Amino acid sequence: MTALYDTLFNGLAIGSVLMLAALGLAVVFGLMGVINMAHGELMMLGAYTTFVVQNLLKNGPLSGLFPIYLLIAIPIAFLVSGLAGLLLEKTVIRRLYGRPLETLLATWGVSLILQQFVRSVSTAFFAGLLLAVLLGLLAPRLTPQIWWQKRWAPLLGVGGWVLAGALGIGLASALGSVRALDQPWFSARNIDVTAPQWLRGSIDLAGVTMPTGRLFIIALTAIALVAVNWFLQKSVWGIRIRAVTQNRPMSSCLGIPTQKVDALTFLVGSGLAGVAGVAVTLLGSVGPNLGGNYIVDCFMVVVLGGVGKLLGTVVAALGIGILSYVLGSGSLLLLWPTMPAGLNETITFFATTSMAKVLVFVLIVVFLQFRPAGLFPQKGRMVEA
Amino acid sequence: MKSSLMRKTTMRYVAGATAMAASLSLVACGGGGEKASGDFDGEVKVGILHSRSGTMAISENTVAEAELMAIEEINAKGGITIEGKKLKIVPVEEDGASDWPTFAEKAKKLIDQDQVAVVFGGWTSASRKAMLPVFEAKDHFLFYPIQYEGQECSKNIFYSGATPNQQAEPAVSWLLKNKGKDFFLVGSDYVYPRTANTIMKEQLKAEGGNLVGEDYLPLGNTEVAPIIAKIKQALPKGGVIVNTLNGDSNVAFFKQMQAAGITPANGYAIMSFSIAEEEVAAIGPEYLEGTYAAWNFFQSLDTPASKEFTKNFKAKYGENRVTNDPAESAYNMIYLWAAGAEKANSVDNSAVRKALIGVTFDAPQGKIEVQPNHHTTELVMIGEVQKDGMFKIIENQGVVKPIAWNQFVPETKGYTCDWTQDRPDAGKFKM
Repeated sequence: MTALYDTLFNGLAIGSVLMLAALGLAVVFGLMGVINMAHGELMMLGAYTTFVVQNLLKNGPLSGLFPIYLLIAIPIAFLVSGLAGLLLEKTVIRRLYGRPLETLLATWGVSLILQQFVRSVSTAFFAGLLLAVLLGLLAPRLTPQIWWQKRWAPLLGVGGWVLAGALGIGLASALGSVRALDQPWFSARNIDVTAPQWLRGSIDLAGVTMPTGRLFIIALTAIALVAVNWFLQKSVWGIRIRAVTQNRPMSSCLGIPTQKVDALTFLVGSGLAGVAGVAVTLLGSVGPNLGGNYIVDCFMVVVLGGVGKLLGTVVAALGIGILSYVLGSGSLLLLWPTMPAGLNETITFFATTSMAKVLVFVLIVVFLQFRPAGLFPQKGRMVEA
Repeated sequence: MKSSLMRKTTMRYVAGATAMAASLSLVACGGGGEKASGDFDGEVKVGILHSRSGTMAISENTVAEAELMAIEEINAKGGITIEGKKLKIVPVEEDGASDWPTFAEKAKKLIDQDQVAVVFGGWTSASRKAMLPVFEAKDHFLFYPIQYEGQECSKNIFYSGATPNQQAEPAVSWLLKNKGKDFFLVGSDYVYPRTANTIMKEQLKAEGGNLVGEDYLPLGNTEVAPIIAKIKQALPKGGVIVNTLNGDSNVAFFKQMQAAGITPANGYAIMSFSIAEEEVAAIGPEYLEGTYAAWNFFQSLDTPASKEFTKNFKAKYGENRVTNDPAESAYNMIYLWAAGAEKANSVDNSAVRKALIGVTFDAPQGKIEVQPNHHTTELVMIGEVQKDGMFKIIENQGVVKPIAWNQFVPETKGYTCDWTQDRPDAGKFKM
């Protein structure tokens, strides 16, 4: 019996990480159809936010709050990643709606930029970047209005940005000669996020060792799931989001501000990625490449679950979690001791983490051959597809 | 040096800002201006080929920095003297970009285009295996600084890191003697852990140990719950865990192990072969305290040479930096090559390769000597991670000679390598 509980708990634990990571993507990809390759990097921003919060609270006047820094980091990470996602939507994705391949490439590019950003960012770099962006945005206001009606106005726009960029680089280089300003905030190295003491132990229940960090993630996932579900089903904006998902032109005709809805959906989805970023600091390393470790799994969950269905995401995440645990740990042998010999050997062969991953992928590919729309396909008429 | 450092900083901003603000074509190449020093009679170019970008950059930057520091030190003392002329060592840096074919391509470029006398480079075994055919085909010269799985002995490569009998094997013997007979092996899924574990399994058989399980994690994977379940099943009351995970997976492994109660306090002896001071800082000493590592150099090694090395490294690269075994090994190989060149009285690569055998150097770890099998003698130590992220040296087994072809593995048992012998199969022949 213990073996069964153990399997269920660990499957739930793995599944809840997948679910939390994929939840944001389920909103963005599932509802809006945007293939956001930078989703993993938005998680990374959440993890880095946790690092900053941890360091701010470690010493100094607020150190009394240190034991609960993770709880404080959650809303902040939601905001940081959410705003980053909003910026991404306003600058890049908005211009590419309905062009999934271009979106894929553009967001992939953004993910590389974000990775390099956390590696390189220093005070000097940040100041230079800020200057360049501000000047670039303000360039139209700082120049005589009449220039912008000339034939060479497009050149002026490019020229403004080039000049702003040059000034930004100049400022960054000048400030960079001061050593203190040139120190990268995070550098390319992985950073150390240490869970507070109460999240580093475990509880024994019915013979199963439950790490408190895992329990925390399970609880966080459950709360996030309930909150997202409530938001989509009951709140005014949630209903608008669903309306736009089903029929954009009709919603627009009925007076729903579709652009605002898009922005909000993206903000929520990205914010959820940030929350997932906080959670994964309990399990793994935090570095610029963090996102890459999760992005494939996220898409796998959303696609398997059926695009556009929250329930599908839940079932798919739990299913993959339990399956990969059962296969990888070889605990099927414990659950079923009288297994025939041939099967027994096959199971043992696949009972390493690498092979289990291979097998899970194979099973998913086979499943999608028969049910291409996933576990819970979207029913009804879709205008945009 | 200053100017090239400045240039690099500027380039970094340029790279970042170009991507951000889409402002291309303004990159002024800040080259030139390297002042010709009057103190030297000439120059000799050497290649430095490490990953300065990509996943391996974190580790390889330190190694490249240690190499540049050694070159700077040698130049400050007047460079190397060949035929009465003082030559300045000029490093030519290339980026392997954590991509193995790129290593081979850049090695070709360094040899053909830059005409370097020698190349110092590589970290992963995969990068070395990619470069090996290039160096053999061009009969050129590579110095490789990292501890590795052995089972290789090229005429064109010198290895200044440990072979398994200078790291893994003494560590396993020590564990068997002091910590228990039941072993669980965990590693990343690629060539080094797989080969190292093959050797360890043979050693366990030979020395009366007991393998209770092994598992491999794909590189970059952070979900280790199934492995932990297996460890708990195989070693419910404690035992020995040998960890050859590489990179990020280590963090996940130790964080989740601690949460599951698999800790030194609960009777588990955990020995890692890829965790040095730098990695301890990144993972967090809280998670690693009390676990073991086997290396040939620790920052905490209490000798004047070791302290001097660490002091200089910190002075050059920052107070918060740490030195470790790979950095020391990389630092040593520059000095070994310089000593070899002076002994040969030439920078010609085949002359230096011959002269290098028997060359000694007072390294930070102590005196090391190049052996006929192109590997060096190493001081073998076992350390325990302390609260402050440093290692307490709990076992010092003295200087050990390298064995390239492993004597525990049936396929290579009885084989040896000796490049002083004049025979076509000097790289691998039956003793």
